Amino acid sequence: MADTMPSYIGRSVVRREDNRLVRGAGTFVGDMKLDGMVHVAIVRSQLPHAIINGVNLNAARAVDGVELALNGDDLKDVLPPISGMQVTAPKTWRDGMDPRIEIPDQTLVPYDKVRYVGEPYALVVARDRYIAEDAAELIDGDFETLPPIANAEAALDAESLVHDHLPGNIAATLHARKGDGEAALEAAPRRLKRRYFHHRYAAMPMECRGVVAEYDSRTDSITVWSSTQVVHWVRREVANALDMAEERVRVVAPDVGGGFGGKGHVYPEDILVAYLAKRLDRPVKWLEDRHEHLLNAAHSRDNLFDIEVGFDDDGKISVVKNYFLVDSGAYSPVGAAIAGNSIAHFMGPYDIPHYEADCKVMMTNRTPNAPYRGAGRPEVALAMERSIDLIANELGLDPAEVRFRNMIQPEQMPYAVGLPYRDGVMIEYDSGDYPEALRKALDGIGGLEAFRERQKAALAEGRYLGLGLGCYVEGTGIGPFEGATVKIDSSGKVMVATGACPQGQGHETAFAQVAADIWGVDIDDVVVTVADTSHVTMGYGTIASRSAVTGSGAIQESSDKVKEKVFAIAANVLETSEADLELRDGSVGVKGVPDMSMTLKEVARAALPGWIHQRPEGIEAGLEGTAYYEPPTVTWAYAATAAIVEIDAETGAVQIENYVEVHDAGTLINPAIADGQVKGGLVQGIGGGLFEEPSYDEHGQLMTGSFMDYLLPTASDVPPINVIHSETPSPRNAFGFKGLGEGGAIAPPVVIANAVCDALKPFGAELNNTPVRAEDILNILESGAVAAE
Amino acid sequence: MTTSRTISLTINGEVLSGEAAPRMLLADFLRDVLGKTGTHVGCEHGVCGACTVIVDGQAARSCLMFAVQAEGADLKTVEGLANGEELHPLQKLFSEHRALQCGYCTPGMLMTAIDLVESNDSLSEEDIKVGMSAALCRCTGYEGIIKAVTAYAEQVHGKPVSREDNNG
Repeated sequence: MADTMPSYIGRSVVRREDNRLVRGAGTFVGDMKLDGMVHVAIVRSQLPHAIINGVNLNAARAVDGVELALNGDDLKDVLPPISGMQVTAPKTWRDGMDPRIEIPDQTLVPYDKVRYVGEPYALVVARDRYIAEDAAELIDGDFETLPPIANAEAALDAESLVHDHLPGNIAATLHARKGDGEAALEAAPRRLKRRYFHHRYAAMPMECRGVVAEYDSRTDSITVWSSTQVVHWVRREVANALDMAEERVRVVAPDVGGGFGGKGHVYPEDILVAYLAKRLDRPVKWLEDRHEHLLNAAHSRDNLFDIEVGFDDDGKISVVKNYFLVDSGAYSPVGAAIAGNSIAHFMGPYDIPHYEADCKVMMTNRTPNAPYRGAGRPEVALAMERSIDLIANELGLDPAEVRFRNMIQPEQMPYAVGLPYRDGVMIEYDSGDYPEALRKALDGIGGLEAFRERQKAALAEGRYLGLGLGCYVEGTGIGPFEGATVKIDSSGKVMVATGACPQGQGHETAFAQVAADIWGVDIDDVVVTVADTSHVTMGYGTIASRSAVTGSGAIQESSDKVKEKVFAIAANVLETSEADLELRDGSVGVKGVPDMSMTLKEVARAALPGWIHQRPEGIEAGLEGTAYYEPPTVTWAYAATAAIVEIDAETGAVQIENYVEVHDAGTLINPAIADGQVKGGLVQGIGGGLFEEPSYDEHGQLMTGSFMDYLLPTASDVPPINVIHSETPSPRNAFGFKGLGEGGAIAPPVVIANAVCDALKPFGAELNNTPVRAEDILNILESGAVAAE
Repeated sequence: MTTSRTISLTINGEVLSGEAAPRMLLADFLRDVLGKTGTHVGCEHGVCGACTVIVDGQAARSCLMFAVQAEGADLKTVEGLANGEELHPLQKLFSEHRALQCGYCTPGMLMTAIDLVESNDSLSEEDIKVGMSAALCRCTGYEGIIKAVTAYAEQVHGKPVSREDNNG
């Protein structure tokens, strides 16, 4: 940090992104128009599982305005598949998880068989998108249908295989152990065994995906603009597929209209569009429409759990056995990473001595499953937090009390969980006060006892009120690294570029706050560049609630390198020692001597190469530094959530009266941005808990191909939400930051399920599957009514 | 394919014209022919509201209209809100109330809100929630949007927005 710090960190600075975005003057991929640009339409499978006998392109090729039509056969010897291992894992993680991982490669345009409804099997390039879509309509595929595999459980015993080389349709298995689960179960005074299902839903950003590419034959280089969260991954895969030097591939994510994980890996279209631009030597554009997005952009969640918990008469949990299946669809773009998250996060904020987890990642004939906001955590929160409520029911205790009895106490911090995290480091929760968060959440809904009295009074009037609780922890700011380059040029401005790729998180503002504090300059003197591979050599991207932690760390480390030169040169010019210098108000000055200083602009000029430089011996020209921050391990954000619902007995509708989340992401850079991130996540979670579900019929057809069937929450669906931010600094970085992009989305499905079950307790209701549907509630009410008669 | 024809219309007070085939959507005409890319496209089937513009005084989905239907019409789009450097009051409120994150839905939200507020002088907060349900936002959770539109309604009509539901 600078010595005289204006301290932008912690202030709700107005976002610098807003001015262009409220004017409609942002540039999204769809807004791009390049000279001579042609347009791609992709022909997608309408069958979930079928052998491709042939794809006839003749009619499409004959359409006036069509430049090119290609099928899988045309491309199979030209473009390699995307490797099944976009994400790697360190050896120490593999040692702890005993994984067998055989994630299949993904052929960009299959030539042998299609594996899900929406998978590409041909494409057309034409003068405009209307013509491309007309021609795509004329493409005939000759298919031989195969029995579709509808879900993870069916996949285990299915005779047909999604991928011939994966017997049992198993793409990965993971195992983890802490203590002795079997013995602990034997010894437990009580046991609870349940099956839970967290349904599939999806990120659903308002901007669908899109890619534009332009090839420059003079330099044999290509620029790809993609609506992605991971420009450096896209660069790597494009360079690999086109056999080009990475240096000749530039990938830019311009303004990106939401991502939430759904744009967090490389898709076939990223590579296909780049290939077509090079092949045709013309700019090429592909824009996904909403129907394609619903079919083809990654879905998420979709886990089936068989859980057994051992506990005593006080509700203290001694052991959890967690066996689960992940329906990963036809591919698994990030391998077993989500399942790994699920295993690692199961025990949440609770002190549980014994744990066993076994998981199978299954291939089915559904849309590929990839991380979406929460990525494995909402799923296990459902299983863990429902189990706690069921234990409470069995013992006649309040669910809040059972949570308090099992929570890790603040004096146990840092707390060793006994499992490896995905970065290979043994998990140690770094800081926080979990019981306090739950107490605050209960206060936020007006107090537990007051609610129980209200609930009783309401029930006497025939009204059903329920309280739902949900607590979670979240490993955030994962490595392996993030890159940043920091420069001060002769304008004197501080220029920061990172590998982060925002999709609405306000990184240009937040990183300007961080850099302004590091340099002690006015925030307007910080220029931030994001999501452009030409500005930072290696980067990782914005996924997994990581950018605040890892981007800031990289900015700090690269700034430190530049500061060394700044001080050396200023000491030389001011004829003093470096130790006597400090950064203040955009200048380097002698401590205690207000009028002895030079501006960063003057230092930058003194640092220039050439005849008139003022650098001391041994200091290289220029003020520029690049660093790759490799975090020691993750930081642990956490939250406790409480919501009150009322059930409409006539319709089965769930009315959320009040939703409170006490959330701790360490020191906040920009509290208003942080608040927006948590609330935005919460509303996505409420959507997932109540409305959103890609539903398939018995033939494997997706029935939710439009926004009329796939329901997103609207302004009138949103309850009053109160997010209370605690700020327990993480000891793992200089700033005290923890990540927070995903957290809000983790708890709502289980909080709603718990609240509804609490409301319907008189009926002995158990809802162990999401989403919570009105018809399920009506069934409970009806069966209860019958029982009462 | 029927041949293209010239469409002339007024956009933000300026008379503009361009070529459009009869099947061309108004959204595509605005964006691809006239270069007005502030109007975004989110679903192309009339649900998300990202493409909302004001046509002859009423909010309309530009993905559910053909360009030929807008011949001679008077359109307002997001590009017409600010006066040079000076943002429109609602644009300022959106930024102040954190009513946007990625900004993709924002142009449609703004046009939806302007029609809602300017054609109703006694909105309740519930009316605003229901009215703004015409457009989808995936980032913010709507709280900032409702606050910004409520503040705008109070500015425009010079009286507080009722917290009660007008419709009981």
